[in-house]
Amino acid sequence: MQIDWFPLWLSLRVGAIAALLSVILGLWLGRLLAAERCRGKRFLEAVIELPLVLPPTVLGYYLLVALGQSSPLGRLHETLTGRRLLFTWQAAVLAAVISATPLMIRSVRDALAGLDPRFGLAARGLGASSWRIFCRVSLPLARGPVLGAAVLAFARSMADFGVTLLIAGNLPNRTQTLSVAVFDAVQRGDGPAARALVLVMSVIVAGLLFLSNRLQFGRAVR
Amino acid sequence: MIQVQVRKSFGLRPGGASFSLDLDFTADPGVTALFGPAGAGKTALLEAVAGLLKPDSGRILVDGEILFDAAAGVDRPVRSRPCVYLAAGSALFPHMTVRGNLLFAAKCRRLPRLERHRRVNELLERFRLEAAAEQRPGDVAPSDRESAVLARALVSRPKVLLIDGPWHGLDAWPRRRFHDLVHRARSEFGVTVLVAVPVFEECCLLADRLLVLAQGRVVQSGTPRQVAHEPASAEVARAIGGYTLFPAEITALDPGRNTCRLRLAGAELAGPYLPGRLLGDKVTVCVRPAELSAWPAGGKPGLNQVVGRLLRVTELPHAVLLRFNDDITVEMPAAAYEEQKHRREWLIEFPPGRWRVL
Repeated sequence: MQIDWFPLWLSLRVGAIAALLSVILGLWLGRLLAAERCRGKRFLEAVIELPLVLPPTVLGYYLLVALGQSSPLGRLHETLTGRRLLFTWQAAVLAAVISATPLMIRSVRDALAGLDPRFGLAARGLGASSWRIFCRVSLPLARGPVLGAAVLAFARSMADFGVTLLIAGNLPNRTQTLSVAVFDAVQRGDGPAARALVLVMSVIVAGLLFLSNRLQFGRAVR
Repeated sequence: MIQVQVRKSFGLRPGGASFSLDLDFTADPGVTALFGPAGAGKTALLEAVAGLLKPDSGRILVDGEILFDAAAGVDRPVRSRPCVYLAAGSALFPHMTVRGNLLFAAKCRRLPRLERHRRVNELLERFRLEAAAEQRPGDVAPSDRESAVLARALVSRPKVLLIDGPWHGLDAWPRRRFHDLVHRARSEFGVTVLVAVPVFEECCLLADRLLVLAQGRVVQSGTPRQVAHEPASAEVARAIGGYTLFPAEITALDPGRNTCRLRLAGAELAGPYLPGRLLGDKVTVCVRPAELSAWPAGGKPGLNQVVGRLLRVTELPHAVLLRFNDDITVEMPAAAYEEQKHRREWLIEFPPGRWRVL
């Protein structure tokens, strides 16, 4: 029995790209939300955290409508790249970004808000710009939690199922990620393939979680 | 020289009361201490000079150089002002070496690369930090850490150092080391220092001049000795501490003979004429416990005297503090008290010229 490992590679690739994008988005928005005052902060928080609580099918449906060929966004993408966005691996990346970014933003916000404010104040008094304070003081001091959150974002990106299935579909060798492949194997009644994929996925995600916690909280025993 | 004349009103604070800053003062070279209760506006003043707080109106000059002028629309950014602000508890950044901390300050001011390294090396040398330069703050002796904080502030060669309380943190800070560093900044580096200190005795030890702040305004300025001996108002006297304040009423005023009479807690005080006051005015008499004298009562109280009942005795290192009714407190040598310690009724004298009317 030959097991097709394409879904694993696709998941790793989608996860890595999505994690990178969500780290960028997370740092930007997390920093914005960590600032003491900003206009519409609670509203922004609610919008950002919506993907955490909305059912994946609802979220996926919104994206289908927003990115379809009849929508302005979908048409824009098609004129720019000549291809449609839905049912490609890029759509899987988008689905993963949407599921991972809220986690990333929350972690960055909490890590930055939890920093000792004296360091930021000391840097401001020396004349540092807010950008320099962020890059050279806040981020290095919050390095552990932010890296941990990035690893978690990678794990979450790899594991996305609902939204991915709806907007990237289940096209073998094109958009079939690992979690979708497991679903597919179970549907087909392919026990050995399902078991192998499930085992690999579990080991990878468990390893990533361990790494994430280790980065965030340090070793349990000193 | 720092010239400040600014106004700034803040909206409602979480506490509920609104607060406004209305400052008009000049600070000469040397060390000027800002003294006042919490919430008097000390931090806001320092932040305004540093450029971290934008006033609504007015101007700020350092050595004739305009840093802020609301009318002309000038508001120079923090990094191009000749000031460095040391916030309360400004620690070294723990993730950089001592040298890294100093280089960070140099980069904030956009100094050219060579100049950066030259200045950092010079300061490391002058503060004898060469051995600690490549270490993280956590591995460096506390006294070296404190020197390094000052060295980091001096990298950009500021004309003005704005210090908001001792940077070691307020509790259990080594006073002597902090004083030495502040004086070093002034004498060795020629920096004008504005330092906010919440303890009056510290202000006196540190500063050449004092600015007393209350509710966002400068209520008195002068040398520490002047402020300590002639507080401008009951408010200032209360903030300085060590004074006993008595409510009193003016019962007689005679400019011809240069005299006045006051009624205070059952006593009749006579003193020099009080210009600008009216008969019947309620005033505050302000006196230090050591300026009063007391002896066991015998006979009727005369002018400037009152009979007091001894309520409590507190031992000081070289004296005792006697507490009488009506909040009258007298400090006297321990030996003098020992001879009379069984007495309860005392005669207390407010010697003319030893008390102030505010």
